[in-house]
Amino acid sequence: MLEKTSDLIRTAYLSPPYDYDQLVQRDRVHQLIYTDPAIFTAEMTHIFGAVWVYLAHESQIPKNDDFITAKLGLRPIIVLRDNKGKIRALYNRCTHRGTTLCRLEKGNSNVFRCPYHGWTFNNDGSIRNVPWPDGYANDVTETRFNAAQVPRVESYRGFIFGTLNMDMPPLEEYLGGIKGPLDEWLDRHPGGKVAICEANRLKYNGNWKLAYDNSCDGYHVVFSHRSLLDMENRLVAEGDKGMSYYKGRPDEAPMYMKYFGHGHHYKDKRPNMEIKPGAMWAVESPHPGMEHYEAELRRMLGDRAPEALDLASSEPVNINIFPNLSILGNHLQVFEPLSVNETNAIWYGTAVVDDEGVWGDALPLINALRMRTQEGFPNFGEVDDLANFEEIQRGLAAFEDEWVYMHRGMDIPGRTVDLGEGVLKAPATDEMFMREYIQYWKRLMQTEPNVQIKREP
Amino acid sequence: MNAPLKHDPHKTSFYITDALYEEIIADFSNWQRDDLVIQDLAERDLFRSLLEHEARLLDQDRLEDWLTLFTPECVYWLPSTPNGGDPRKEIAITFDDRRRLEDRVYRLRTGYAWSQKPKSRTVRLVTNVEVFDTGRADVRMVRSNVMIAEFRGFETRCLYAWCGHRYVKQDGKWMIAARQLNLIDCDQCIRNPSIVL
Repeated sequence: MLEKTSDLIRTAYLSPPYDYDQLVQRDRVHQLIYTDPAIFTAEMTHIFGAVWVYLAHESQIPKNDDFITAKLGLRPIIVLRDNKGKIRALYNRCTHRGTTLCRLEKGNSNVFRCPYHGWTFNNDGSIRNVPWPDGYANDVTETRFNAAQVPRVESYRGFIFGTLNMDMPPLEEYLGGIKGPLDEWLDRHPGGKVAICEANRLKYNGNWKLAYDNSCDGYHVVFSHRSLLDMENRLVAEGDKGMSYYKGRPDEAPMYMKYFGHGHHYKDKRPNMEIKPGAMWAVESPHPGMEHYEAELRRMLGDRAPEALDLASSEPVNINIFPNLSILGNHLQVFEPLSVNETNAIWYGTAVVDDEGVWGDALPLINALRMRTQEGFPNFGEVDDLANFEEIQRGLAAFEDEWVYMHRGMDIPGRTVDLGEGVLKAPATDEMFMREYIQYWKRLMQTEPNVQIKREP
Repeated sequence: MNAPLKHDPHKTSFYITDALYEEIIADFSNWQRDDLVIQDLAERDLFRSLLEHEARLLDQDRLEDWLTLFTPECVYWLPSTPNGGDPRKEIAITFDDRRRLEDRVYRLRTGYAWSQKPKSRTVRLVTNVEVFDTGRADVRMVRSNVMIAEFRGFETRCLYAWCGHRYVKQDGKWMIAARQLNLIDCDQCIRNPSIVL
């Protein structure tokens, strides 16, 4: 059963009466889109209630009755595999008094019992029983007391997304061209899949879009990450470790960015390297255990070792799936908006899974190395970006200076190439992706989504 | 233990091996047993003073001096789960070897580490020190509770953790072979964790 939201919700959460064409212009955006609490509130419905939002990864709930708690915008949800194996996203809210049903981050259970008054729900969301039902004039196990759930939940190759918007096209259509890079990213792993393994969990005092603005930005790298680049190259003469290909004239390097529509964009830095096994490993910066595990893998695998070492390396791509998922290297970075000026940035690590046994005894070594390579950037790179995002938020408090610019690369003939079917290509340091995704954001803010929730059956 | 090293741990990382991971996991499992607490107050005071000295070096931004407290082939481990986990299978907040620890200090000294520009000012309180027998006279495990008051920018916050130190005696001197810092909110999102914790 689907339920449309009432006018009370619409009044409280729909877009404030701004002229969004003024706020978002061709070359610049107004500071209000980062600082106005009313716009943030509206985004939770117009953006996070309207598009397909990344919720979780299937490897986090491998078995029936497995669950994890997550968020859809600000909504607390339980992402689970019910007792029949169907993946669902329940609202983490008792239908009686609104209490959260589940306070654990993960677990395995076929029921959720509210700790407050004992109302109990099956993990398909249906109400199972309530204490002393004879105290109610009517049957409280009727459908309207079944837990609310996200009406549309779909997966793409292990990535679970949900939307409340009944008018959104199916997930695969929404992802569109960004599926190409995502497929390539997955297919470099045995079996075409990865497993989530813990995270570097960070937060910053700034608007969530500052992180999304940055996710494909090649302009900031040598400035914001100068300490990282200096550090990574301190022991080598050539200075080619990590993201050193951004030094000099990065726009003339073979790397590029692409915009795919629906706010998704992609930075491909692989063309900066030779196309051969071991090329990624060759520019990997120092990590704990690197020399030992490399020697072991070479001893065990011989000619296949470079390929294994590449699996432990950070793949030089940024795959950004609007609005909250950014695949960087081997990480799945998830943005969680908390308030207009507070955001979680969670860097989930990924491990290689090898059901076919392609790598045999080498697999644990590959992963041991891969864990350490993944800890580098959050520790020594991301912290500086987050500091800069916080300083943007602080700077924007000078509110009469109203505009934030994103016009790098704009209006230069031949600079942005239209590849057809809505795909645009530009040099690595351009802000083309920012201008494009924020236009999509604007259209969403101008349109009322068809938000509904579902209750079983 | 004091045999010359085959590889220079400042430049290469040959000592982080499966055997070392297994040793570290074992060393940091089931060590805080009541029956292993060393009752001798003089010994407890010795380790308490080592911890206080370490805290002062960090508070005074004497990071290069702090590095000398560690054995050449050391481990500095901040788990991302309260139970520590197996760092070969899980991401830690960080799992540093000697070279990465020196990387950490190097980066903070470049002048371009924006997360530490301006630098934090810190005061560390180290308390509840207990020393545990390991069955070896030249190895001690030490537990302490740590509060790090950190002022940066415009505000002061506090980070809370308990710390496990594995001290080994080398050339008559107690050195840190491994240090595990367990933030009580290690599995939650943390703002600007850029100081040496």
